[in-house]
Amino acid sequence: MSGQSLFARLEPLLPRVRRPVQYVGGEGNSIVKPWDAAVVRWCLMYPDAYEVGLPNQGLQILYEILNEQPDVLAERTYSVWPDLEALLREHDLPQFTVDAHRAVGDFDLFGVSFSTELGYTNLLTALDLAGIPLHADQRTDAHPLVIAGGHAAFNPEPIAAFVDAVVLGDGEQAVLGISDVVRAWKSEGAPGGRTELLARLARRQLVYVPAFFDVSYRADARIEAVRPNRSDIPARPSKHTLSDLDSWPYPKAPLVPLAETVHERMSVEIFRGCTRGCRFCQAGMITRPVRERNIETIGAMVDAGLRATGFNEVGLLSLSSADHTEIGTIATALADRYENDKVSLSLPSTRVDAFNVTLANEFSRSGRRSGLTFAPEGGSERLRRVINKMVSAEDLVRTVSTAYAHGWRQVKLYFMCGLPTETDEDVLEIADLARQVIRAGRKASGHRDIRATVSIGGFVPKAHTPFQWAAQASPEVIDARLKLLRDTVRADKEIARAVGFRYHDGRPGAIEGLLARGDRRVAKVIERVWREGGRFDGWTEHFSFERWEQACAAELEPLGASLDWFTTREREEREVLPWDHLDAGLDRDWLWADWQEALRGTELDDCRWTPCYDCGVCPTMGTDTQIGPTGRSLLPVIGVSAGGPAVGGDPSPVDGGDPSPVGSAAPA
Amino acid sequence: MPRQPEGPPPPPVVARVRVRFAKRGRLRFLSHRDVARAFERGLRRAEVPMAYSAGFNPHPRISWVGAAPTGAASEAEYVEFALSAPAEPERLRSALDASLPPGLDVLRVVPAGGAALAERINASRWLVRLPSVAEPALRDAVAEFLRRDSVEVERATKDGRRRFDVRPAVILADCRAGNDTCAILDLVVRHTTPAVRPDDVLTALDVVAGLRPSAPPEPIRLEQGRLLEDGTLADPLAPDRNDAGRLVG
Repeated sequence: MSGQSLFARLEPLLPRVRRPVQYVGGEGNSIVKPWDAAVVRWCLMYPDAYEVGLPNQGLQILYEILNEQPDVLAERTYSVWPDLEALLREHDLPQFTVDAHRAVGDFDLFGVSFSTELGYTNLLTALDLAGIPLHADQRTDAHPLVIAGGHAAFNPEPIAAFVDAVVLGDGEQAVLGISDVVRAWKSEGAPGGRTELLARLARRQLVYVPAFFDVSYRADARIEAVRPNRSDIPARPSKHTLSDLDSWPYPKAPLVPLAETVHERMSVEIFRGCTRGCRFCQAGMITRPVRERNIETIGAMVDAGLRATGFNEVGLLSLSSADHTEIGTIATALADRYENDKVSLSLPSTRVDAFNVTLANEFSRSGRRSGLTFAPEGGSERLRRVINKMVSAEDLVRTVSTAYAHGWRQVKLYFMCGLPTETDEDVLEIADLARQVIRAGRKASGHRDIRATVSIGGFVPKAHTPFQWAAQASPEVIDARLKLLRDTVRADKEIARAVGFRYHDGRPGAIEGLLARGDRRVAKVIERVWREGGRFDGWTEHFSFERWEQACAAELEPLGASLDWFTTREREEREVLPWDHLDAGLDRDWLWADWQEALRGTELDDCRWTPCYDCGVCPTMGTDTQIGPTGRSLLPVIGVSAGGPAVGGDPSPVDGGDPSPVGSAAPA
Repeated sequence: MPRQPEGPPPPPVVARVRVRFAKRGRLRFLSHRDVARAFERGLRRAEVPMAYSAGFNPHPRISWVGAAPTGAASEAEYVEFALSAPAEPERLRSALDASLPPGLDVLRVVPAGGAALAERINASRWLVRLPSVAEPALRDAVAEFLRRDSVEVERATKDGRRRFDVRPAVILADCRAGNDTCAILDLVVRHTTPAVRPDDVLTALDVVAGLRPSAPPEPIRLEQGRLLEDGTLADPLAPDRNDAGRLVG
C-alpha cells in the first residue's frame, strides 16, 4: 500500500549509522498529514546532507505553502550518507521522507532544489534508492514527476536527462500552479499519462520540460540549435517572479531541527533580487528585480518566527542586506526591541561600507564584537572595475578602521581568484590590501595585535551572467596564483603573523564549472561518476577530481569535447549556449554588451538609484523594482519582551507556550 | 582594551528547580547536545524566566546530570534550572512540556533544596530489550558474566579508545523472556568513570559467552538515584517533592 511509514524497518538500522537523529524527523513545526486526505502529494528534497539541507529557506517556504493547501501534502527528504545508503540497499529499503518516513517513489511529485551543481550525483543516489529510473524517458505513470528548481536549475541541461521538468525562478506560485494542474489531471483520471501532464504544465508556462526540446550539434562539437519538438508549448520557457513579498511572509513557522545543523538560527528574507550588477554573480542576475519586504512585515516575521521556534539568533537575509532602503530603521528598531531578550541579530551579506559597521554595531550593542566580513572580491582596483564591484582601497581602509575603532577584533576579507583578465599582479595586490588593513587596524585600535583573515575562492563562470562567455581559469593557474600570494604575505614580516589565509584547491571549481555551463552531453559524465561511487561532491572528503577527470575523458572526448572545452574555452558572441532557450529575463545583447564593458573595465551603476540600463528583466517579465522607503515603522510587539513570564507567579491564567504541530495535521 | 558588556549585570538567581524528564521513541536518537539545544529553545518558547550567566555571551543557567547515551531511551533524566523570577513548578512543567518536541516529556518539576542533585544519584536501573536473542542464551551469558570478578571491554570515549573493567559497576543483572521473540535484561549499574553503559555490558556478554545479538539492543533507563542496601534506588527528587505545589522564589 502506498504512503505507509517505513520507520519500523528503518529504526533497527539507525543505531548502526553516524548521527541517526538526522533521519528521525520530528522537527519543531514539521507537518505530517494523513496520506489519504491529500490529492496532490509532493516530496521535496535538498540534495545534500540534512545538516546543510534542513536550514534551506527555499525548501522550508515551499513545504509550508504546499501544506497550507487542504488537499496537498508535502514531506521532505535529504541525502543519506553512504553508511545509511549501504544499509538501505542491504535491507531493500527506499529513499524515505523524514516527516512520515514514506517511500519517495509513492509521491506524485519529487521536487529537488539545487543551490549548487555539486548536488547532481546526490540526485542520482536519491532516484536510484527511490526506485525511480535515472532517465526520465524510462519512467512510467507509476513514477513521480521529477522536478528541478533552485539557482543551479537555470542551466538544467547537464541533468536534463534525469528530470522531467524544471521550475525557473521563484517557486511560491509555481508549486501552487503545478499542484492545480496535477489535481485537475488526476480528477480526470490522468488522461494521456505523464506526457500529457507534462504538456499541460508546459503550456501553462509553469515548467520547462527538457524532453520537449531537441538539441542538435555542429561538427566542431558546439551546439547548432535547441528547438521545441512540439508546437503547443512556448519556445522559450521563462522564469517565475514573485511580486509583493509582503503577501508571502514565508516561512511563518520555520523548522526547528533536533539535530545540529549548519545554521542554528532563524532567517528572515528582507528582500529578493539585487541590481548592484556584479558581473560574476549569478544570483544577482537571475533574481531581478529587487523586491523589498517592508519594515512592518519584517518586524512581524521576526516576532512570529521567534515565538514559533525558540531560536535566539535572527539573520536578515538577502543578497546584499545593507542595501534595503529602510535598513537603518530596521536595525535600530529590532535592536531596541530585543535588547534585553538575549536575541542576537545578524546581517549575513554586507558590503565594504562604513555604514555596515554602524549596522553591525547596532546588532551587537551589548554582545561580543568578534568578526566582520567584507567582500572586495577582486584584488586590484582594475579587476574590481572588470567585475563591477565598486570598492576602492580607500573605502576598505576607511571601513576597517571604523570597525576596529568600534571594538571589532577581526576582519575577514573575501576575494575571488581566476576572474576574467586577471594577472598575477592583480592577485598580489591582495597582499597590499591586507597590509593596509592591518596598518589601519593597528592605528585605529592602538595596539599591534590585529588579525585579518583573507579567504579566497576560485571563480566559476555561470549561465545568465555577463561572464557566461568567459574562459574559466584552470586549477593550475588558480593554485599557482594563490601560492604566489601566500608566499608574498609570508615573506612580509610586518603582516605575516597577522594575516590568516583560507583557500580551497582549484579542482572542485573546475567540475563546478563543467556542470554550470555544460550541455546535455555532460549527463553521461555525471552518471559515470555516480556509478563509480561519486557522492557528496560538495564535500572535500568525498570529492574525487580524478574520478571526474576520467569520466570526462571517457564520455566527452569521443564527442570532440573535454573538461577544458567546457571550462577554459572562451565562447564567441554568436555561439549557441546550452541555456539560451531559457528566459531569465536578461536581454542577451545587454549581457554581451556588459561583458564587453567588463573587458574595457567600465563600471555600471545600480539601477535603483540611477537610470535603467536596460538589462531587460522588468519589461520581459512584466515586473518592477519594488523598494521603499515606505515610511512605516516597526509595530510594537505584545507580550514577548514586555509581558511577564508565562510560567511565573503571575496569578492570571497564562497560555503555556506555543506547542509545535509535530505529528498533527497542518493548520487549515 | 577589551569591551565589556554594557548595561547592568544579569538579574540574580531567585530560585532553582529540578526536573525529571523522559527521552522516548524516536527521540532516543538524540545526543546529549541535541537534548540540551532542544531544552534551551523550549525554555525560550515557554518563556520560563531563566537566570543567565554574565559576560558577552550569556547562557541560561542549566545544570545537567549524567545524560543517557545517544540511542538509549530514558524515563529518568534529570536537570536543574536557575530562575530569575518566581515560578510555580506545575505550571512550569506543563508549559515546558508543551514547548518541547513530543518524546522529550517533562515528568516532574520540584523546587530545589538540600543536597545537590549529583550527590543523590550514583546508579541507574536499565531495562534492555534484546530482539532476536533467546532467553536461555542470555541467561547463560549473564550467569557467566556474574561468575567473573573482572571483565574488560574496549570502547571509543571522548579521550580515545579506552579499556576498562565492566564487572565491578554491575550491581544486578537479571534476565527474563519478553512478550515476543525477545529477551529482556534488567541491570542496575553503579555510575563510574568511564560510565558503564548497557552496550558495554552487552560487549562484556560477548567477551565472556560470545553473545552477539543480530538486531540492535533497545536500552531504556528506568530510574536513577542513590543505591540502597537492598539494591533498589532512592528517588533523587523525593526530599524536594513535598514542595511541588508551592511557588518557589
